[in-house]
Amino acid sequence: MSRLPIVDVQNVSKVFTVGGGEIAALRDATLTVQKGEFVCLIGASGCGKSTLLRIVAGFERPTSGEALMWNKPIPGPGPDRGMVFQDYGLFPWLTVRENIGFGPASRGRPKAEIRDTAQRFMALVGLTKFADVYPHQLSGGMKQRVAIARVLANDAELVLMDEPFGALDAMTRERLQEDLLELWARTGLTVLFVTHAIEEAIYLADRVVVMEPSPGRIASEHRITLPRPRDVASPEFNEIRRELSARLHSHHAKKAA
Amino acid sequence: MSDATLPSATTASPSAATGGSGFSATRLGRRLVPAALALVAPCTLLIVWQVAVQTGMTRLIPSPREVAEEMVDFAVGGIWDDAFSDTLLVHLFASMERVYGGFALAALVAVPLGLMIGRIALVRQVMDPFLQLMRPVPVTAWLPLSMILFGLGARSAFFLVFLGAFYPILLNTVFGVRSVEPRLFEAAEMLGCRGNAQFFRVVLPASLPSIFTGLRLGLGLAWFVIVVGEMTGVPQGLGAVIMDARTLSRTELVICGMIVIGLAGFVSDRIVVTAMNRLLRWSPLHHV
Repeated sequence: MSRLPIVDVQNVSKVFTVGGGEIAALRDATLTVQKGEFVCLIGASGCGKSTLLRIVAGFERPTSGEALMWNKPIPGPGPDRGMVFQDYGLFPWLTVRENIGFGPASRGRPKAEIRDTAQRFMALVGLTKFADVYPHQLSGGMKQRVAIARVLANDAELVLMDEPFGALDAMTRERLQEDLLELWARTGLTVLFVTHAIEEAIYLADRVVVMEPSPGRIASEHRITLPRPRDVASPEFNEIRRELSARLHSHHAKKAA
Repeated sequence: MSDATLPSATTASPSAATGGSGFSATRLGRRLVPAALALVAPCTLLIVWQVAVQTGMTRLIPSPREVAEEMVDFAVGGIWDDAFSDTLLVHLFASMERVYGGFALAALVAVPLGLMIGRIALVRQVMDPFLQLMRPVPVTAWLPLSMILFGLGARSAFFLVFLGAFYPILLNTVFGVRSVEPRLFEAAEMLGCRGNAQFFRVVLPASLPSIFTGLRLGLGLAWFVIVVGEMTGVPQGLGAVIMDARTLSRTELVICGMIVIGLAGFVSDRIVVTAMNRLLRWSPLHHV
């Protein structure tokens, strides 16, 4: 582990001031992510997983501690770190093609290049047929494909996903999980993925980071070594699920005691 | 084969069973029914009016027939041959010039000002209290002052129409800018679109539906205030016709003026709505 990590979060805390009171959203979190890794952050609501993700994205600044990318402080949001939101965040006035081309267009790339890039990434997520359709005409799963393609089309090295499949039905979710893994394997992306679903985390991740609430903090890390594609019904998978489930609920037990 | 025809057969059967009148009749009906429904209220009004005049409930209001005759004379002449015969187009164009001119000027000032008030805190702090203070003053109250400032005539009318159209455009533009989803700014930022670039790529398109709502209301109000605007002593215009007809006690001509203003306002609203539907194809809420 002497390689330079793509993400290096050192002792990061985040305190929000709400109506005169202070809320410790995240306390003393330390996390490193290697290039090409798929890391899932998991925990109950209020555990600070989204806050941690938003700090890496640059939307929030740590109250104390340091968040680094390639050993440099994260100055704010930037195209090297693409974010996929649970509510998609697509531009409703742009077609699928234009949404995917938004990043390159913002950076002033030539028109032909923008068109080619959009074409390539539409094909990658299987939306070529919907190129000229507006977001409100798409299903949730298709919108999330556009959101993923939009981030990839912008050459993001690190993809940050904030419960991206949380609003989708079970069938669509499974399909998108498979497709995401395939994309990840093919492109060598680094993914930091927030979820509250244990099964989703084990199915996707190289490493699962378990977080606990009040105050939000990192409780434990688990390397998942099961070969892919993973069978969610296998005994090995269930063994890990049981272990993580026990971890996640342990703080409830501690409080009750 | 039978499998393939089954779904269409089931969907087609209800209409065939109830109507029995065939395919093209239902399609025509789909167009005609809304048109017929839209005519219910005006036709009822016309009947009530006719009955009221016939039974002598009012002596001061002319019958629909007299108004219709006046309308023909007003439009093409050949019945009374007085000062108003065959002058409809002259007055309509005079009013349209003021309505569209005042409206265009209002849009030209209110949209950029609204964008700035919505986006720049300093502009908001300087302009907002002042504009809110001026807003409750009705256009009619401005009439005397406007005649002093702009003199008797077209310029005064123009100014009053401008005032009438200004506020709905301004307020809706500000509202549109202020209510852009914060998520879209985050999305733009993480894609590399920051600072002032966000104005044209996010703020403007996102607030377009509200701006259009403002333009639509503004144009409606421009027609609304044209009568007041033309109280300023202009020789031509639909408002001027109504004021002149009133002093001459020619109520049928007053009603003709009202009908023409109503129709002109309606047509210009449809034009805005058509443009709106074309430009806002992406918005599921904006198909009127």
